[in-house]
Amino acid sequence: MRKDRRDFLKMSAAATGALVAGAASAAETPVTADFSRAYGVLVDTVLCVGCRKCEQACYLAHSHCKKDPESLLDRTVFEESRRPDECAYTVVNRFVDPDRPDRNFWMKAQCMHCNQPACVSACIVGALTKDWRGPVVYDTWKCIGCRYCFLACPFDILAYEYNNALDPQVRKCTFCHERMAEPGFRPACVKVCPGGALTYGTREQLIDLALLRIKQSPEKYIDRIYGQHEVGGTSWMYLAGVDFAKTSLPEPGDQPISSLTETIQHGVFKSFVPPLALYGLLGLIMHSLKDNG
Amino acid sequence: MNSKFETLPVRTKFFTRGTTVVAAIAGLGIAAYLYRVFFGLEAATNLSNAYPWGIWKTINVVAGVALAAAGFTTAAVADVFHRERYHVLVRPAILTALLGYTFAVIGLIADLGRYYNIWHPIIPSMWQGDSVLFEVGMCVMMYLCVLYIEFLPTVVERYRNRVDLPGVLAHFNSLVESLLEVCQRYLVRFISLFIIAGVVLSCLHQSSLGALMLVAPTKMHPIWNSPISPILFLLSAIAVGFPILIFEIILVSRIFHRAPDVSLLSHLARYIPVLLGIYFAVRIGDLTLREVWPYVLDGSFPAAAFIVEIGVGVILPLLLLARKRVRYSVRGLLISVILVIVGVVLNRTNVFLIAYEPLYASSRYVPSLIETAVTVGLISTLILIYRFFVVKLPVLPRPPEPEAVSPGQAESLVTPMKGE
Ligand code: SF4
Ligand code: SF4
Ligand code: SF4
Repeated sequence: MRKDRRDFLKMSAAATGALVAGAASAAETPVTADFSRAYGVLVDTVLCVGCRKCEQACYLAHSHCKKDPESLLDRTVFEESRRPDECAYTVVNRFVDPDRPDRNFWMKAQCMHCNQPACVSACIVGALTKDWRGPVVYDTWKCIGCRYCFLACPFDILAYEYNNALDPQVRKCTFCHERMAEPGFRPACVKVCPGGALTYGTREQLIDLALLRIKQSPEKYIDRIYGQHEVGGTSWMYLAGVDFAKTSLPEPGDQPISSLTETIQHGVFKSFVPPLALYGLLGLIMHSLKDNG
Repeated sequence: MNSKFETLPVRTKFFTRGTTVVAAIAGLGIAAYLYRVFFGLEAATNLSNAYPWGIWKTINVVAGVALAAAGFTTAAVADVFHRERYHVLVRPAILTALLGYTFAVIGLIADLGRYYNIWHPIIPSMWQGDSVLFEVGMCVMMYLCVLYIEFLPTVVERYRNRVDLPGVLAHFNSLVESLLEVCQRYLVRFISLFIIAGVVLSCLHQSSLGALMLVAPTKMHPIWNSPISPILFLLSAIAVGFPILIFEIILVSRIFHRAPDVSLLSHLARYIPVLLGIYFAVRIGDLTLREVWPYVLDGSFPAAAFIVEIGVGVILPLLLLARKRVRYSVRGLLISVILVIVGVVLNRTNVFLIAYEPLYASSRYVPSLIETAVTVGLISTLILIYRFFVVKLPVLPRPPEPEAVSPGQAESLVTPMKGE
């Protein structure tokens, strides 16, 4: 009995050690892939004229809801602030600079196609994936409709077809990836933009372009490319003439959103050491205490 | 060890006036559930793009799973740590867990937009190791299987050599009989392997439930946005396991007019202040290290929700249960365990609904009538099925011999409930 006890203590100490080691090995940071060659879009809100043509083009390219395309150019909608929804992958909003109330500016909102997307990390079945070319792509067929991706998205841009009882889908900007393989491809919204506010290119090119614009007209631009570092970098990036705090874009920080949960997940499940160690530990306890009830 | 002499089916008829009321509520809930299935989430719920998770996930799934912790905590104490005197409580605990998890899944199906795809996570090509929800889903599914296996001996004990199906089904008598024989031969013999697996799986997903909201760090209120949230969820689940069991045993003995074994329950209740105390200490340490006390005192709605959660659900029962006199009175015990249960439900609601602050919401989420009806209806259905099981199968501990209960205690227990 005595010896049993001592062995048991030794074994359980070893098992506990394995538990701790498993959790500690998770502390390594995940390798960050290089996204400089992935495609993205630079949204220059200084050049945006608020025509809503991108909204209309996006609708015409996807048109999964019934709408009058002409109504999409109506500028009275700017009275209210809108969010993308299940029928509109992108919306344009008007902002007023409180310091210079005479000046309006407009900003298009859509999925940012994050480099390390929280929605992709959260999805229970891998229905959301990051295409190496840039887009974050949704696969209806896999999706179970849990909407956990909604909680994860730090930009709150996902929309759900709550009104569809049988076949609801998650809806968000697709980056027009359906046509990405076509020669001379540009997303529908980029193609139609009359003011040159939207530029399609590799992330590297876009950052160079943005830096150039800031350098050439420092009186027009604030010195920041939104999306260059936010949540680990995003494919879509923004330039602005006012502090981003005056827009509706959040400040989620530079850490990828899912780094903590992924560290925990990989810590517990790397080679299944912690669960197996716990199993062994409990088995030992069960066995060694058998006769002293 | 031979539980045959310790647990017995309750001898009573299934329908009483009380049961009928519960059945009526359950009926309304089922109607509301069907409404959701036919008319969709928009018609049935107040869910939105800003608030994608509502009370079905929070109460039915997350809180339901926490309260079903009675199963693994009791199995751990009685079977793993061999505290044999608590063995009579294992069956009611397993039944509670089994029904709790089953109904969590039924509640989840109501919530899923594409519920017919609920089986997708088991397909290897769709495994997603980064996802906390994937881990929760897999563990819950496996644990549900383990629970059914753990419950099998109860069925086998009741029906082996006694299978007598009605009508045409009688042809299957011998088939079912041999199935039970196989169960007895293999499953029941290796049951301890499953018991340990159940405890491990429970530890995994009870803690992972706490990691779910860590995927939204920028949208969580600082009070609940803790990196050790998984540990807090596990500790609180462990702390609520025995309270749920005690609550259930006391309630059931009132309803069936059986005196509960007070000394057994009081003994079990000794663990509660210890477990709850550990949870409380870690929680306070976490709040202090993260320096979020200013948020607790800022007078906001989340701050008030936190103060109620901790004050009513942790500190009060801790003070009560630390006293021997409270633990040895049935009423004191009942009130204290109800407080612990309320505290854990409030905690889960706070984490998933109150602490979640979407970026562009115009107003807070409030559950719709249909959502509430489904939630309440599912709980009522669970109660009915529980009653059915304890009447049919040897689940509940047999009433102690009359002399085991002191006259004073017995008196306080025999006051029959109205309507029964
Ligand atoms: S913006 Fe949201 S939905 Fe789009 S990729 Fe990033 S996390 Fe996903
Ligand atoms: S709703 Fe669909 S895409 Fe979003 S996390 Fe759930 S399964 Fe994945
Ligand atoms: S990239 Fe395509 S889907 Fe996205 S906003 Fe532009 S047009 Fe719409």
